[in-house]
Amino acid sequence: MIALALRLARRELRGGLKGFRLFLACLALGVGAIAAVGSVTASLMAGLAADARAILGGDVEVALVQRDATDEERGFLARFGKLSHVAELRAMAVKQGSEDRTLVELKAVDAAYPLVGTIGFEPEQPLARAIAGRGAAVEPALASRLGLAVGDVLSVGDVKLEIRAILAREPDKATGAFTFGPRVLVSFDTLRATGLLLPGSLVRHQYRLMMAPGHTIPDLRAAASAEQPQAGWRIRAFDEAAPGLRRFLERIGQYLTLVGLTALLVGGVGVGNAVRSYLDGKLTAIATLKALGAPARLAFATYLILVLVMAAGGILAGLVLGAVTPMIFGRALAVVLPIQAKVGLYWPPLAVAAACGLFTTLAFAFVPLARASQVAPGDLFRAQISPPRRFPGWLPVAGTGAAFLALSLLMVATAQDRWLALWFLLGAIGSVFLFHGTATAIAALARRAGRPSRPLLRLALANLTRPGSPMGALALSLGLGLTVLVAVALIERNLDRQVNERLPERAPTFFFIDIQPDQAEAFDRLIASTPGASDLSRTPMIRGRVASVNGVPADQVKVAPGAAWALQGDRGFSYARHVPANARIVEGKWWPADYSGPPLVSMDVNIARGLGIGIGDRVGLNVLGRVIEAEIASLREIDWGTLSMNFTFIFAPGALDRAPQTHLATVHLALPQEEGKLLAAMGKAFPNVSAVRVKDAIDAANRILEGIAFAVRVTAAVTLAAGTLVLAGAVAAGHRRRVKDAVVLKVLGARRVEVLGAYLLEFGLLGLVIAAIAAVAGTVAGWAILVFAMRSDFAFSAIAVAGSASLSVVLTVLLGLIGTWHALGQKAAPMLREA
Amino acid sequence: MTDASADGALLELAGVQVSLPSTVGPVNILRGIDLSIRRGEAIAVVGPSGAGKSTLMMVVAGLERISAGRISLAGHELSSLDEDGLALLRRKHVGIVFQSFRLVPTMTALENVAVPLELAGRDDAFDAASEALNSVGLGHRLEHYPDQLSGGEQQRVAIARAVVAKPSLILADEPTGNLDGDTGHQIIELLFERRRATGSTLMLITHDPELAGRADRIVRLADGKVVGESVGALA
Repeated sequence: MIALALRLARRELRGGLKGFRLFLACLALGVGAIAAVGSVTASLMAGLAADARAILGGDVEVALVQRDATDEERGFLARFGKLSHVAELRAMAVKQGSEDRTLVELKAVDAAYPLVGTIGFEPEQPLARAIAGRGAAVEPALASRLGLAVGDVLSVGDVKLEIRAILAREPDKATGAFTFGPRVLVSFDTLRATGLLLPGSLVRHQYRLMMAPGHTIPDLRAAASAEQPQAGWRIRAFDEAAPGLRRFLERIGQYLTLVGLTALLVGGVGVGNAVRSYLDGKLTAIATLKALGAPARLAFATYLILVLVMAAGGILAGLVLGAVTPMIFGRALAVVLPIQAKVGLYWPPLAVAAACGLFTTLAFAFVPLARASQVAPGDLFRAQISPPRRFPGWLPVAGTGAAFLALSLLMVATAQDRWLALWFLLGAIGSVFLFHGTATAIAALARRAGRPSRPLLRLALANLTRPGSPMGALALSLGLGLTVLVAVALIERNLDRQVNERLPERAPTFFFIDIQPDQAEAFDRLIASTPGASDLSRTPMIRGRVASVNGVPADQVKVAPGAAWALQGDRGFSYARHVPANARIVEGKWWPADYSGPPLVSMDVNIARGLGIGIGDRVGLNVLGRVIEAEIASLREIDWGTLSMNFTFIFAPGALDRAPQTHLATVHLALPQEEGKLLAAMGKAFPNVSAVRVKDAIDAANRILEGIAFAVRVTAAVTLAAGTLVLAGAVAAGHRRRVKDAVVLKVLGARRVEVLGAYLLEFGLLGLVIAAIAAVAGTVAGWAILVFAMRSDFAFSAIAVAGSASLSVVLTVLLGLIGTWHALGQKAAPMLREA
Repeated sequence: MTDASADGALLELAGVQVSLPSTVGPVNILRGIDLSIRRGEAIAVVGPSGAGKSTLMMVVAGLERISAGRISLAGHELSSLDEDGLALLRRKHVGIVFQSFRLVPTMTALENVAVPLELAGRDDAFDAASEALNSVGLGHRLEHYPDQLSGGEQQRVAIARAVVAKPSLILADEPTGNLDGDTGHQIIELLFERRRATGSTLMLITHDPELAGRADRIVRLADGKVVGESVGALA
């Protein structure tokens, strides 16, 4: 039978693409969106992997915070291969002859730097010359911010740096993907001369290793734990380079894939509509075949093959679209991200996109195919062949279910965050029921509403509620697209609100870091003498890491994903006599102000829950190689939104008092004109202290958010485009009926403007219905994503919702009217003769 | 199961009733038809519009289920067959000529005629189809598509398709209804000539008394019942 079905399908294909254009466009768009997101993510990941050694700076990076390696440790590392030493710390820089100070990331490198990759300067010169003596190379961003040119002098700490070059290419830049200040590259000699290397300063020392032949990374790890167990260093292999950036890309990729899948589902409705309307035109042929003795399953197989051939075309077009996207946008991404996308063909994401397209096609085509193959051949004896409306049978329904299931499994299996994918699927299924159900309910209500006395209103209502009205399908397709748009608008609005509007009225103006304990009092006096300065808060900070939880080494502790960061890398710890202002004790008791017993610690309640520990449990904290075991005395709920300082771990006085430490301070300045003066005074009095302007930090966060928002908006626009295609298809499918209606109404004496009014009313009502449902569904989706996936607050924004929803009404009316304008211009006579 | 009943009747209808549901209660379209048609016989079914002629043809072809009674075609009880069984029966025993031709527009004349043989799995489908088209005078139009043929030519293709598998029964529903007088005559000549050549039984629905007169027997239908029978003028 398959051979015959293939032969019959091949003959049907002679009919060309007629009736399949919408099908192809919907499928190409949806598959294209998924393939594009997958290919771009894969090309960025491949870029990350290809440059992993350059990004990390070697095969292995051994990092130490606040202290340099000892000669013995350096000797140990040098046994394994070629070693390069890099140190980074934040500092304030000021252009000579100016008072304009800014935060920079100072980076000292040795002669072996970079072990991998190349460094680029403008004007071209070797590294040794650029940083010789008090020479420095600066990032273009710093040059433009301070108006620096090669030859200018820049003060950092106690030294005056001569700008010898602009840093055009820094191979290991992505290691610290999101930094607040631009880079200043100097020699170690210069770094030491700055006077910034004070006890407790936040200097990060990194030793990069190119492994010598015969040595492996596991060897190094094993030897490090055996021979240098107290070093407290963090060893990272090249395949773990830029873990933050990797997670960021994976997460964004996943969100965009889900938005792309929505586009495909919306397109799926178009696929279903297109298959149905194509098969409606083929009913005579199918009935004829059946009258000649073809069984229904032969008809089903024939047209299934046809649909699959067409789907292959649509999917292929989508794959081409997706595959070339990284080639088109690779350059643009290189400007935004610190890595270079590796342009190429990435088969896994293309295969996933193709499979999504195939399953979507099957999911939406089985039922119309089964219905069409049920056509009664007896209808051939009648003038018109009507499409069967009865239950299509359990087999195609099961097939549809299996296709949806396969699509769901594929999405969940390939997702980074399976729960997110699962919730998305549940949301999508819920939306389908919501849109279909509401549209059906509204149609039923309108039918019961009786007959309006105005004939044109009656016509508009009848068009919406008559059997076979496109309202259900349109509500689903355009509605899903708009739901995504409403959700995206709400999420954007909320994130923007969090970053920009929710700042407390008296948010700190500056964070000051690296204040030495012996500078603390003088610092306080300087702030006190600054006009308009208030709310000074100063806290000691000690860097360290969590070594163990109840005796279990930190890397073996089972931990909830949201709390994992607390066990990774170095954290800041503090100690205090009193509960910080922006926290409240939710469990246990805060210690007395004069406490002097064994070490106690107060923890952020959310992290404690994530680690599965509570009052009385013990945590071991490694501070500069010394492990302090402390008992958890209280759990705090912290309001991070105040932007005031707080710490996940705060110790009782005693345990950390003598550890090398620096102080952090926040201060609010009421008079903006004092900002520059304070920084200048601070620079003179405490050159080692760095200031972070809160506004600059927020601007940096905004820049990242804008980039993400743009990507999300583009993908959401694809979803809406798919919805619009479906709408256009439905309007086109109803065109002939509309022409007939228009002719009859004109014959009966209706003026064009009246007929137009009826159509306007019909599409306006349809748009309103879709807008109303999308507003509700989008709000629910936005709320769920913000509250559950992003763990953030949610605030409804009528403007964001109304903006997206009104787009629905305008789009629907506009497309509807474009489609029907032609109907109004039709001459009555030919149509009447034909009838 | 044999291909014919013992007394030589190819088709037997006994007490056949068809009623269809409607919003105002069931509508009785056929109200107890008794009819027996011999092998090789040609009968014309005549009657006013709404008499049930097309429905009678549909139930005979197994395209419409009966509400009561019994139909036997070539020894097969139709009500005992499922959809696929009926399709197989049509494939083997029935050829249909429609008033509006019903050719598949994406297939050439040759392919349209070959379809019943392809469905039957015959290897010589195209040779036999080509021969059938030659026999209706369309040997030069094999590769033409329906929309490249005139109405008369399309109906010739439809006749070739109806007879190509040498069915026991040819059903023709107003075969000249969409054609002009001259063409209609030619088609009728062809239909009867082909029927003679294949030895098939013919059941013809028509409004045309002249055409009906060419049948062996004329069955008159009115209001869903057989109201009279007569012998054809040329019989």
